[in-house]
This record gives sequence, C-alpha cells and structure tokens, in this order.
Amino acid sequence: MSGTLVIDVAGLNKHFGDKHVVRDLALQVREGEILGFLGPNGSGKTTSIRMLCGLLTPDSGRGSCLGFDVLKESASIKRQVGYMTQKFSLWDDLTIRENLDFVARMFGMRKRREAVAQALEELGLAGRRDQLAGTLSGGWKQRLALASCLLHEPRLLLLDEPTAGVDPKARRDFWEEIHRLSAKGITVLVSTHYMDEAERCHQLAYIAYGVLLASGTAADVVASQKLQTCEISGAGIQGLAEALRQLPGVDQVASFGNTLHVSGTDGQRLQSSLQAFIAGRSLSMTAVAPSLEDAFIRLMQASQDQFRG
Amino acid sequence: MNAYNGFSLHRWLGIMIKEFIQLRRDRLTFGMIVGIPIMQLLLFGFAINSDPKHMPTAVVMADPGPFARSYVAAMQNSEYFRIVGSVDEREADRLLDRGDVQFVVTFPVGFHRDLVRGQMPTLLVEADATDPMATGGAISVLKHLGIEVFAPDLPGLRQPANAPVDLRIQRRYNPEGITAYNIVPGLSGVILTMTMILMTGLAMTRERERGTFENLLATPATPFEVMTGKIVPYILIGLIQVTLIFLAARWIFAVPMHGNLFLLYGVVLLFICANLTLGITFSSIARNQLQAMQMTFFFFLPSLLLSGFMFPFRGMPEWAQAVGSVLPLTHFVVLVRGILLKGNGPELLWNHVWPILLFMLTVLALGLKTFRKTLD
Repeated sequence: MSGTLVIDVAGLNKHFGDKHVVRDLALQVREGEILGFLGPNGSGKTTSIRMLCGLLTPDSGRGSCLGFDVLKESASIKRQVGYMTQKFSLWDDLTIRENLDFVARMFGMRKRREAVAQALEELGLAGRRDQLAGTLSGGWKQRLALASCLLHEPRLLLLDEPTAGVDPKARRDFWEEIHRLSAKGITVLVSTHYMDEAERCHQLAYIAYGVLLASGTAADVVASQKLQTCEISGAGIQGLAEALRQLPGVDQVASFGNTLHVSGTDGQRLQSSLQAFIAGRSLSMTAVAPSLEDAFIRLMQASQDQFRG
Repeated sequence: MNAYNGFSLHRWLGIMIKEFIQLRRDRLTFGMIVGIPIMQLLLFGFAINSDPKHMPTAVVMADPGPFARSYVAAMQNSEYFRIVGSVDEREADRLLDRGDVQFVVTFPVGFHRDLVRGQMPTLLVEADATDPMATGGAISVLKHLGIEVFAPDLPGLRQPANAPVDLRIQRRYNPEGITAYNIVPGLSGVILTMTMILMTGLAMTRERERGTFENLLATPATPFEVMTGKIVPYILIGLIQVTLIFLAARWIFAVPMHGNLFLLYGVVLLFICANLTLGITFSSIARNQLQAMQMTFFFFLPSLLLSGFMFPFRGMPEWAQAVGSVLPLTHFVVLVRGILLKGNGPELLWNHVWPILLFMLTVLALGLKTFRKTLD
C-alpha cells in the first residue's frame, strides 16, 4: 500500500491513576485506508482514539496526526478530524437542524446554511429537521452523528463503536457510506466488536490491556496466530466442547451452529489428539481455514495469560 | 400468602445497605450532611446577633466641654457605640453616606453652658437607618444615658421629669424605619446570588452528565469561548430579574430611588458577572449537576447570613465579619442600599466595588485553571 501516513504515532502511553491504560501504542494509517480497531472491552480503544484527536493528552509518546504533532497541535488536528463518540453525544434538546447548525458554527464554516441544508438532504431528514434529536431512534441517531462529524469535511474520521445497537440493515448502509468516504480519500479509524465489520476494513489493529498485539490485513492477522483449525460435526456434538478443550494441543473450542471449531497452534498435536478423540465416536473432522474470530479469541486468551499471569 | 408480596427483612436490609454504600461513596453529599449543620450552628449560634453592639460612631464636637466628654465616654461604656473619632460636619456626612459609621453625634455650640443652666441643649444623633434593625437597641439605650451621666453633677435632674438634654434622633435615609427599604434592595442581591450561581453551575455539568461535553471538546472551541459564551444568556436573565425586583421595589414597596440608575445597573452588572464566574467555576469542578447544586448551596448559606442582608453586619463577631467581607453579596448590599436610599455617587462606591472585582478575578483565574480542555 502506498500513500502518505495520516496517522503515525509511536510509544503513546496513558495512565489513569495507577492504571496503565495504553502502553507504547504504535499505529500507522495511510490516507484513504479504513483501519479496524479491535479489542476486548476496557482494552484502551476509546482512550487511544481520544488521544489521537486531542481529547486526552498522552503521558508520553510522539507522533503526528494529519501532519500535526499529537502532543502540541491538538487544536489544528481537531479542525480536520471528525470524531464520533461511542455514546450519542449530540444535544437531545436541540432539533436535528439546530444540532448540525451548532456544529457547523463550532468549526467556523463559511457556507454554513448550505452545508447544513445539504447534510439534511443527504441524510434524508430534511422533512424532520425540526424534530428534537433526543426523540430519534438508535439508527437515526447514529446517522445524524455521522452526518454531524462529516459536516466540516474532515480528512480523518475517528469512529468509536459507531454501530453498537444498530440493526443489520442500518449497519450495512453505514459501511457502504464508510467505503464511499474512503474512496474519496478520507481516512477512517473505526473501533468495533463485530467480526463482519472487521472483515470490511482494509487494515486491522488488535489491542488488549493497552497493548497493540497484532496489526495488518485480516489475512495477516489470522496468519500471524499460526492456528490450525478443525471443524468437527456429528451427533451429540453439543456436549463435547468441554472434553475437547482438555485434549493436549487444543487451545480453543468454539461453537458454530451444529459444528465445533477446534483450534491449536501446534498442528500435529491437534491432529493426533482429535483423531484419537473421534475414533469410536460418530463424528467427522475436516481441516478448515481459521476464521478471523478464531484468531481474535486466540489473541484475547494469549493476552489474558500474559497479563493476568 | 405469597412470599414475594409480604414484607421481607432480607430485601429491606438489601435496600438499606445499598443506600448506605452509595451514600458513603458520594463524598460531597456526605460532607454536606456533616458540614451544613455545623455551619448553621456556627452561623446562627455565634455569628448572628440581632442586637448589635460596638457600632462605629463619629462625634461632631462643637463644644468640647467636660460634660460632652463624659457623655461620649458613657456611650462607649454602654458597649453599643464605638467612637471612631471626632470630625467636622462635612466629614461626618461623608462617613454616614459611605456607611463607615452607623451614628453621628453632634454636640452643639454652648452645650456645656446650656446644660448647666438647665436649658436643655439639643443633642443631635443621626443614625444610618437603612437597616432599622441595626440601630434600634442603641437608640433605646441613648434615651436613658443622659440622666445617668449628668445626674451626679447636676442635682436638679433628680426629678425624672427633667430631661437634661433635648435628644433628637434623626433616622437618616429611612426616617420611618420601614423594613422593606432595607430588605428589598438587598433581596435583589440574594436572588441574583442564588439563580446566577445555580444556573451556570448546572450549565457545564449538564453537558458533562449527558456526554455532550465530549462532543464540544472535540470541536476547536476554546475554554474561554465556552465559558464566556455560556455566561452571556445568564447575564441577560440576571438583568431581567433585577429589573423586575427594582420595578416592584418602586411601585409596590415604594422604596425610594435617590441614586443614578446607570450607576445602579453598573454595580448590578459587576455583581452578576462575579456570581456567574463563580457558578461556571463550580461547574468545571463539580462532576455532576447534583454536586454543582450542593456547592451552590454551600456558598449561598453563608452569603445569606453573613452579608448583612438578614442580620446586621456590625452585630457579628470579627471572624464572621472577615468571612462576610470576602462575599460579594456583603458589598453588593451596601452598594445598592447606598445608591438607592442614600443617593451615593461613584466616588463613594469604590470601597465596596474593589472587593467584588477582586473576588471575581480570583475565581475566574481558578475557573480557567480548572477548566479541562481535555477529558483527562
């Protein structure tokens, strides 16, 4: 991938009290890329995003965002970043139009009225522009929030779990929009818990306990875990997960409908254990490519082992 | 009987324990529970005195004879008066206007001679009656003082019918001692203190509580823009409130308005800004709206009791007066009474303007320092 680096930070640290929330975060995102930011709850995703847009000051570290120093030039960064908070943070007691108008004023836009009118049109909310934002449904709130952070034509979008609590149709529309923006050269950093969304990203970064554990394309991340996965199916499979987990060479077992995905990093031991296990049972076993979710579960467990001792 | 519908000690205990735990975690509320009664006890018990003593008194001595001197000494001994000095008539007027003294006692020319001749010389006592409560006790003492002082030297006075002097008491600024003259102007300050601090106190914490603060911070808006921009609507509200109070004072309570209206509004504006600055500072310190309200109350209570609005300022012990002098309301009450009732001009106001200014600037500095530009 070529293109200039929009985000280029290294060694970012943040403490809250004696809690080390983000450790030595290094992140590089190229122009027009969609970076999926993944990790368990409380892993430091939101803190990292807030540091990138100047809402939190890193305790240490260096780097640039849109060519501006993340430590010293947060005011300049804010001007060109669209930040969508995890929780709906527009004003419930302002109407849709008033919200957009306020945000446009905050960014000192010259053709404010036109921009707001156009945003309302594109949102499909022109007819409901005088409705209070607080009365919108979750999906509409999300669309309004996205529209409001696109208003000042930012070059970088920071989206913090934008699709939490949004129905599948609205999620799909949302991702179509993200890809349209990306095609226009806007860089997007989006945090999510959904695997299907992770797969829609150009690049992924996985963070746990404040540490960046893996990054690259989805294929890179899966490959980096060196997992072998076998799919086991057959009668009575539901009750077997716990027994399978105890086998040597098995690192994780996950249910997928009527099948079980059994994965391990040591391919040979996994194979031999499983073959011995299914012998005498009416089960069948096929080797499958490990999924992104398998890789993430593996990452999460490995990090738990590492940090919880 | 259904086990789920009757009274369950278990559930009841659960609710009680949860309430205790939450109460303990909410440090500020806990502090208020302890702090408010102690504060009220101290203020009502020690600070407030509706029969104030040691009130500053100036003497205009046109006839410095021994009788006049012993009269002055007796006044001092009564504990109601604290003689601050002997001045001329013009200076005495100025002292009264500025509120530096509560009383001026004038001994006329020939006081000694007339007294000895039994001609009942006039003893003029001018009282600053803007606060009628402050002067009542002292004046009643004065009425008996004459006989006690002069009786040993003037045996003719033994008959109670013969008063030695013609005591003339002039209640300046409020000759009929109407309480409303005192209360209504002060009330404008009390109402402003309450509403201005509370409303701005909630302004920022509301954003923080609803999560919209994060959105605001993500925009290029600066702390100065946010703080001052948020204040302006409340300045307008404050001015409307004050106008309503003054209109009511004029037309319903017939409070005299001797002073300059522009001057009055200038002082009001300063006072509003001081309170708003405090409110917005509370707002950036408090974590939620409840805390902002508690802080407002914690400030409001001493303001109400120690400012001289409810109880005579001079009746309070020195420590309470010192605390009171820091509060903007104390100075505002003096300023508004001065402008409305005494018709004071700008040259007499500075003494009470600079403490409000100082308060405001200190709080503003504190506010800008604590305003968090980030979510750190």
